[in-house]
Amino acid sequence: MSDANPFYRETSHRKPGSRPGEPRHYSQIWTFRTPHTRLAMWVGWLALVALFVYCWQVMNANTMWVFVNDTPSQAADLGSRMLPPSLGYLPELLPPLWDTLNIATLGTLGGVIMAVPVAFLAARNTTPSIAFVRPIALFIIVTSRSINSLIWALLLVAMIGPGILAGIVAIALRSIGFVGKLLYEAIEETDARQIEAVTATGAGRAQVLNYGIVPQVMPAFWGISVFRWDINIRESTILGLVGAGGIGLKLQASINTLAWPQVSTILIVILATVIFSEWVSARVRHAIL
Amino acid sequence: MTTAYPRRWRRPPQIVPDRRWRIGLQLLILAYLVLAVGSVEVDWTRVAEGLVRGQRFAMGFLQPDFTSRWTDIRQGLIESLTMTLTATVVGVLISVPIGIGAARNLAPPPVYLVCRSIVAVSRSLQEIIIAIFLVAMFGFGPFAGFLTLSFASIGFIAKLLADDIEEIDASQAEAIRATGASWWQLVHYAIQPQVMPRLIGLSLYRLDINFRESSVIGIVGAGGIGATLNTAIDRYEYDSAGAILLIIIAIVMVVEYSSSYLRKFLQ
Repeated sequence: MSDANPFYRETSHRKPGSRPGEPRHYSQIWTFRTPHTRLAMWVGWLALVALFVYCWQVMNANTMWVFVNDTPSQAADLGSRMLPPSLGYLPELLPPLWDTLNIATLGTLGGVIMAVPVAFLAARNTTPSIAFVRPIALFIIVTSRSINSLIWALLLVAMIGPGILAGIVAIALRSIGFVGKLLYEAIEETDARQIEAVTATGAGRAQVLNYGIVPQVMPAFWGISVFRWDINIRESTILGLVGAGGIGLKLQASINTLAWPQVSTILIVILATVIFSEWVSARVRHAIL
Repeated sequence: MTTAYPRRWRRPPQIVPDRRWRIGLQLLILAYLVLAVGSVEVDWTRVAEGLVRGQRFAMGFLQPDFTSRWTDIRQGLIESLTMTLTATVVGVLISVPIGIGAARNLAPPPVYLVCRSIVAVSRSLQEIIIAIFLVAMFGFGPFAGFLTLSFASIGFIAKLLADDIEEIDASQAEAIRATGASWWQLVHYAIQPQVMPRLIGLSLYRLDINFRESSVIGIVGAGGIGATLNTAIDRYEYDSAGAILLIIIAIVMVVEYSSSYLRKFLQ
């Protein structure tokens, strides 16, 4: 009875002669939500606020408010040290910039090469076994996605030593999850009729993949790869912080020696690179899709 | 005269239809690859040594050691989780007005430009770089991490929210406007119902991202599980590192599944 029209409030008096099932009395005032929903929303918000306050207390238990309070003077000090950026430092940044570009590009290449089989094993319509192989492929994807490339780099630098190779492998490992996830979703969304048509010609499994599925996911594949390349350029600029090569190495060195004008120069170069890669990726994706 | 048609069907190229362009592009890519691979210096003996360590790490991953560093891990996790939640809440609160301001159909041009530039600045800087500066200014600890994640959330949520507001059904806004509604009423009755599901989805997604990022910014001193992980790897304690990574993966999976469930429930 009460849910006959959720937008009207009811009073408790039923009009004499009204049929059962009909709201007893329409409220004269229109309201956005029913009282029940309003109460639920109110409780939800209250819970969120309580959780927030609790987390805030726990988080700031050890915060040194002295340091927070003198932030303005610290910021002004830092700003005065960083400006003006030392432009004479620019030529020194070109080799690491080239390394950064290589880390991103070769890493994307490696990641894509590893991600394609994983994606085909993870997609419901191409996997050899839904019960056994698919969960493994999904676990690979989740693992790769949940560990940040900087942590991959940290691990790889500890294993194979500092250098560009660690950066490339870190980027590649991180890319598997991203490319794999988007690609397997694209594979699952392929048009079944085209695959059926290819199957009807008597094609084998590999031929169905080659002529039925690959042409359908090709544009998505290139789009995803270029998108990931763009993200990888961003990420490879900072991999040097943990020793994995590229322009981040220079950033780390400049911060450690407190050469703040160099730091601001590096930041400008990083920003320019990121904007450039974003532009390239937007153009390419626009052309493909 | 009959033209000799090819007897076999060849698959037409999908991406670059012009043959000359295709060959040129392939040559360019080849040249780049040769140059790039040539400039990578690899110390193969070091890599061979590393493979042994890699094996040890894989063993550590398979036999994680949760107990011996448990107090550190626990502290790091608490910092990460609290930081994630507070940063997401504050980030969303700040990014809603900025997102409305960055929507072309709601805000006047000057406000639009200001808000879009805030979004651009926040998006183009890496979390870790922001963290370096905020740690230098606010001191070590989760407070700097909280500020970093809030700042990064603003760019993400405000941009997607603004794009969403720009794509709303204009006829509904028109209808509300036709009743003589003020700007606030317009936002409340026409815009908010249309973008709310998406905003909730975005916030939950950002919660997930913030947790993942919170495991990284600890490396530069901004608190969280990253600091613990960094120490474990630096000391070559691969079993503890494996345990931390497994915990991160588990939490990310839980957050991802529960947020997709919550999104379905709320819509």
